Amino acid sequence: MNAPATPAIDVAGLECGYDDNILLENLNFQVGRAEIFFVIGGSGCGKSTLLRHLVGLRKPTAGTVKFFGESFGEADASRQRALLKTFGVLYQGGALWSSLTLRQNISLPLEEYTALKADEREDIIAMKLAQVGLTGYENYYPSEISGGMRKRAALARALALDPAIVFFDEPSAGLDPLTSRNLDELIVNIRDMLGTTCVVVSHELASIFAIANRVIMLDREARGIIADGDPRVLARESADPRVRSFLNRGEIA
Amino acid sequence: MSVPPEIPCAARVETRVEDDCLLVELGGCWRITERRPSWIEAVAGQTPARVRLAFAADIGPWDSALLLFVHEGRQWCRETSTPCDLSRLPGPVQQLLRQLAVANEALKPADRSRDFLSMVGLAAQDVWRKTCDITTFVGECVLGAAGLVRHLNKFRWRDCLEEMQQCGAMALPIVSLISLLVGLIMAYQSAVLMRQFGADIYVADAVGLVMVREMGAMMTAMILAGRTGAAFAATLGNMKANEEIDALKTLGIRPVDFLVMPRLVALAFMMPLLALYANALGIVGGMVVSLGILDVPPAAYWVETQSAISLSDVTTGLIKASVFGLLVGLAGCHCGLQADRSAAGVGRAATSAVVTGLLLIILFDAIFAVAFNVLGL
Repeated sequence: MNAPATPAIDVAGLECGYDDNILLENLNFQVGRAEIFFVIGGSGCGKSTLLRHLVGLRKPTAGTVKFFGESFGEADASRQRALLKTFGVLYQGGALWSSLTLRQNISLPLEEYTALKADEREDIIAMKLAQVGLTGYENYYPSEISGGMRKRAALARALALDPAIVFFDEPSAGLDPLTSRNLDELIVNIRDMLGTTCVVVSHELASIFAIANRVIMLDREARGIIADGDPRVLARESADPRVRSFLNRGEIA
Repeated sequence: MSVPPEIPCAARVETRVEDDCLLVELGGCWRITERRPSWIEAVAGQTPARVRLAFAADIGPWDSALLLFVHEGRQWCRETSTPCDLSRLPGPVQQLLRQLAVANEALKPADRSRDFLSMVGLAAQDVWRKTCDITTFVGECVLGAAGLVRHLNKFRWRDCLEEMQQCGAMALPIVSLISLLVGLIMAYQSAVLMRQFGADIYVADAVGLVMVREMGAMMTAMILAGRTGAAFAATLGNMKANEEIDALKTLGIRPVDFLVMPRLVALAFMMPLLALYANALGIVGGMVVSLGILDVPPAAYWVETQSAISLSDVTTGLIKASVFGLLVGLAGCHCGLQADRSAAGVGRAATSAVVTGLLLIILFDAIFAVAFNVLGL
């Protein structure tokens, strides 16, 4: 394989915000392949905004985002479509299409981007639903299942095309500790099995310490990254009291 | 390994016979979004005694495409009763293959289709439940109105004024245009008939009476059913989806008092005003046509209109308008409050608010026609 050293995501000089309200400026970081990368920070620091910029829902006011060395913003429309196949997004509320059953929800990306036969699609759908523990719920509509199940079904949809990068927006928000832990295990599992790069926006400390390889911490006043590294090391040794305070739930060690 | 986009390589299958065993080697990159080799073509009609699958040295990133290929091979082996050896494939592949096999043979998804009889039964239950819902809702509105009269200071005047602006003032342009055109059309139609009898001036009577008694209220109500009824249903439906309605209930505030009454009051007040305005514009429309094609001067037209229309004609029109306003508001709010908690549910609520609103308007217009006839108004 050529150039395996290119990082999965390369962010350079990125500026995020809405109109004239700049939340984050001059962001620079790289996410390595098969890394479980957490973006943390207090409420309102721009975590979700950063995510929307990374997945291309918002155009950055400055700077570039490169996936495997290729800039999303500068690619032409057909190349952008090809790049879109390489990542999946798990939105905060699941964002399942409410007029489609779970089967149809997962089937849509497969129909759109693959040439699979119907029975092969069914196999993949059954496997993805089994991976998230929703076997038997193929014919249910999103409104008929619980919030946690919706989130897992949304993950199955995000994984349908075996994307190289999966973005998670607050995956454990609103989930019970067990479901949340299962989701963590699922994230580690897909990384181990398929070498998927996982970018997780979260402030769930349990998840951070359990599965994160690396975290970056954003701050509203600093308008940027105030910490970057292994969360366990940062919690103990970070020079910045804000970082230690956050990672130790306010009890500065 | 997952699939970074920059490596252009295709999935590859090579077969080799070792003793009595067909060795199938998988190489290249396997992407679910690309075409993958087919097992039948790879085997090419051979009938080996055993099959063994393994990764070639140049195996690149792989995903579910590879799993599907191996799965296809495994099924082929089962059908031809050929022993199939997967032990040379790496651990993750085997684990995922097990998941695929388990999912494949897992219990069939719950069958949720229903037979004809239970569908009829459920539909009947549904009709009964909806009837109860509507009755309850109308009852709650009556109670709400009674409460409103007793506690005028607790009424949400600010919301009511805002709704009045939304459904009244903001609707002026569309009401103007439509009632002017309705007046024009009626004048044209009656002009054709009246001219045959040389009774040109009676166009004013026809336009004036029909506008004031019927069309003014009716057209305004139709516009508001489409404009305001749908908006009420969408707003309340979305609030329900956001659990805002539940939040009101748990606070001990009745959604009918808080959300429905201000809207109903706003519509019941604004509808007669809009209808009056529509009447005037309709008459102006008739006047324009009379001047243009019948050469009836506006002054004569005005005098004729005055003599044709009595105060009771105007009043019946306004009573109707007020009732239509209440009906549109009730239909909109009821559909909104009964909406399903989903995007499609809100859409359905808006649709049914408009349809129900129009239906009620026509129904009550017929009732009014009979009632006014009996009363001799």
